[in-house]
Amino acid sequence: MISVLLFCALVAAVCGALGRRLGTRVFLLGALAPAAMIAWLGATRSGGEDVVTEVLSWLPVLGLDLDFRLDGLGSLMTALIGGIGFMIFVYAWRYFAPRPDLGRFAAYLVTFAASMFGLVVANNFLLLFIFWELTSITSYLLIGFDDESAAARTGALQALLVTGLGGLAMLGGIVLMAQAGGTYSLSELLADPPTETTALAGLALVLLGAFTKSAQFPFHFWLPGAMSAPTPVSAYLHSATMVKAGIYLIARLAPVYALLVAWWRPTLVVVGLLTMLVGGWRALTQRDLKLLLAQGTVSQLGFIVVLVGVGIPELTFAGVAMILAHAVFKAALFMVAGIVDHQAHTRDIRRLNGLGTIMPATLAVAIVATFSMMGVPGLLGFVSKEAAFEGLVHERLGWATLGVVAGSALTVAYGLRFLSGGFMGKPESQTDQPGDVLISPPRPTFLIAPIVLVVVTVVAGLAPALVDDMVVSAAGSVDPVATQYHLAAWHGFGVPLGLSALAIAAGWMVWRWPLQGLRRITSRAPDATHVYASTLAGINRFADRVTAVVQGGSLPVYLGVIMVVTVTAPGILIVRNWLPPPAFTFAESPVQAVTAALVVVAALAAIAASRRLAAVLFLGAVGYGVAVLFVIQGAPDLALTQLLIETLVLTLFILVLRVLPRRFEVVQSRIRRVVRIAISLGVGVFAGAFALMAAAGRQAPSLADEYLSRAEPEGGGTNVVNVILTDFRALDTLGEITVLAVVAMGVMALLMGRHRPGGGDVGDDVDGLVEGDRRLDR
Amino acid sequence: MIHRSFILDTLVDVIVRTALVFSLFLLFSGHNSPGGGFVAGLVFGIALILKYVAGGIERMQEILPMSAETMLASGLSLSILTGIAGWLWGEAFLESTYIEVDLPLLGALKASSTLPFDIGVFAIVIGLVAALVVAFGTGEDVK
Repeated sequence: MISVLLFCALVAAVCGALGRRLGTRVFLLGALAPAAMIAWLGATRSGGEDVVTEVLSWLPVLGLDLDFRLDGLGSLMTALIGGIGFMIFVYAWRYFAPRPDLGRFAAYLVTFAASMFGLVVANNFLLLFIFWELTSITSYLLIGFDDESAAARTGALQALLVTGLGGLAMLGGIVLMAQAGGTYSLSELLADPPTETTALAGLALVLLGAFTKSAQFPFHFWLPGAMSAPTPVSAYLHSATMVKAGIYLIARLAPVYALLVAWWRPTLVVVGLLTMLVGGWRALTQRDLKLLLAQGTVSQLGFIVVLVGVGIPELTFAGVAMILAHAVFKAALFMVAGIVDHQAHTRDIRRLNGLGTIMPATLAVAIVATFSMMGVPGLLGFVSKEAAFEGLVHERLGWATLGVVAGSALTVAYGLRFLSGGFMGKPESQTDQPGDVLISPPRPTFLIAPIVLVVVTVVAGLAPALVDDMVVSAAGSVDPVATQYHLAAWHGFGVPLGLSALAIAAGWMVWRWPLQGLRRITSRAPDATHVYASTLAGINRFADRVTAVVQGGSLPVYLGVIMVVTVTAPGILIVRNWLPPPAFTFAESPVQAVTAALVVVAALAAIAASRRLAAVLFLGAVGYGVAVLFVIQGAPDLALTQLLIETLVLTLFILVLRVLPRRFEVVQSRIRRVVRIAISLGVGVFAGAFALMAAAGRQAPSLADEYLSRAEPEGGGTNVVNVILTDFRALDTLGEITVLAVVAMGVMALLMGRHRPGGGDVGDDVDGLVEGDRRLDR
Repeated sequence: MIHRSFILDTLVDVIVRTALVFSLFLLFSGHNSPGGGFVAGLVFGIALILKYVAGGIERMQEILPMSAETMLASGLSLSILTGIAGWLWGEAFLESTYIEVDLPLLGALKASSTLPFDIGVFAIVIGLVAALVVAFGTGEDVK
């Protein structure tokens, strides 16, 4: 599994590098990644083992290991990620017009596929979280790919904030559950589920994360917002795979926790049904084909949450079948919407007319996929929906059944709306308007991917035995009892078939008589998007106010605050635990005494200086004096560094002094002067006391001997300072140079802005610095 | 407008050459005697500043092999890659190894894997100084 992930990372890197040269063909290269997943899955499953594991220790201290485990559900999800992913890449090859940044896009898409694969095979809860977040981030990058479009940026940010906040809640939940259960291993946690209060609070948080990811009410609004992404992204992430991540997790948890926790079943059923109905109803009012499908996806996700959430084997089985069926037909539908958009340059059903006669093949694909979604016999959608109805009837879940039938009726209605809005009507109207381009049918290669998906829908619908093994093993891996159920193309005449017929009939009626009155009422209902927008605006206003108070812009105030905090916080500890320094030597040699005296004089001179340049030079003298002290003590490395740093700082100071007034301005206010002197004295006394106490405060034996004895044999060097820096404590050094590099970049970004045309407001910061200094003087 | 002085120019050239050689010496000898990437980088940085004082940003860039940003990025990458290389030998991140070779004329030569790490530090310190000089020194050139 690790090798598959590494291969995907390689493909992503190559895609990114070769994007410019390959044009749209970069997607055929990217298709290698999902193809590798499928090939690997085939090879692994043919081995005959039910569960394949791969463990590599990573951070054992945190309980975070590269712990991978492929079971039935993981295999089904991998088949979807790889299979549909492959089709998506083939589709994207024709969807995009050549543009220079397609390599970047392909790289994101491959990275997403790899992250999603990692998510479904991760057996360590923290590892699962890492992949979970990676899918959120790649989703953000993919939605916002068209970064010059405001809608794309807003949609991307909205999706990231909602799923990211959910992810944060989930991380807290994971830690709580793992602490209670004593392990981060998902399979061990589920084998011996913790049920104390903290674990259940954790469970609720994890569930919250799953709800945001799978766009459940009231977090459903980000999914339609994500529709500003290019269509391959919508088809892949936002219908087939990523939004199933939450469902995947619920499917794993439900069989265990549905029986242990009283609130589990009501929560899942209520949230799922609400999502199903809200999404279905909203889909009926959409005019954009993609938004219609997005709301439909929300609705279907709600449906699947109900099925896998109740934790009853028969419904879990139906839910897993539904995951498969939905991924296949919804990806095809999104692809169709993309083709329509590509050929007709609009997705607005008011402007689309009679596409059916222009592109009959696309229409045929759309009809089969929509019928599968509506649950028409002979298609995979029907097979899985019948399984669901049968389970609901068997378990006598009265009102859940009612809700699901109502939701299915809405599904039928918006399915019909999609078909009629997108393809029906008379074709001639398009040429009437001046400026309208003649719509041409899509190239045959553009249709390959949706046709393959539709063929899968039909074949699996007529002969469900072909996919039965996969679905049974997937359901069985979360609930062993579920293996007794099987998919059937035809369940015979009975209540489930009656419910299907009822849903189709009711849906057709809703589509024909659109219930105008009810629509008007619901259009006034509060919209989750508005709640999101006003919350965001409120947070921004609050942040503005806090910043205005905390960051007033006066450098002296900032410095004063920093110094006062430095002195008081550790200062209190020093006063409380004062240790007198051990045997105090005034000076070890006359040279030392003289140098120290010079340092003191230079420091006093720096205070007394009225010109800035003089003060800086005296400060430099202090630094050089300290370097001499290091030399006397026999620390050449320290002395060298101190000397060089002092020189550098001095020169840089002089560079800055050029923009500052020559003299310090005299502080007029007596109070200000007293405050400044007090702070300065405080810092001085604190630094001195700290140095004295540090000498006395040693509690553990010095590490120096240890370092000295190990430098040569282990580090291979005789300069202990350097061996410590580059070997023993190399990680610290790495952290420090990273900080250095970041600071350097930051300084350049901030200060170079003022030389760029139009970068005026950044340059003002420097003037602000000067301004602040003057303010202090006032 | 920079007033350039002939004496300063010539002197700076001599000093800078010496400083650069000294800097490389410190870099390579650092493992066994005073020196190391950080100090070597500082010496190089001071050479940069000398060049800047003598002739402005353009003169400084004469001895800078690449732009400050590239310097920072490649230095950090080199150090991190050295750390990752430890994994290839099945060791921990940043775990060091060294080999000793006996060369005909030079005698025993010790090569440590900490050297590339130190070169990364060296590059970052140079990049930092260059970045600071460019950032603070551009625009209001010495008058």
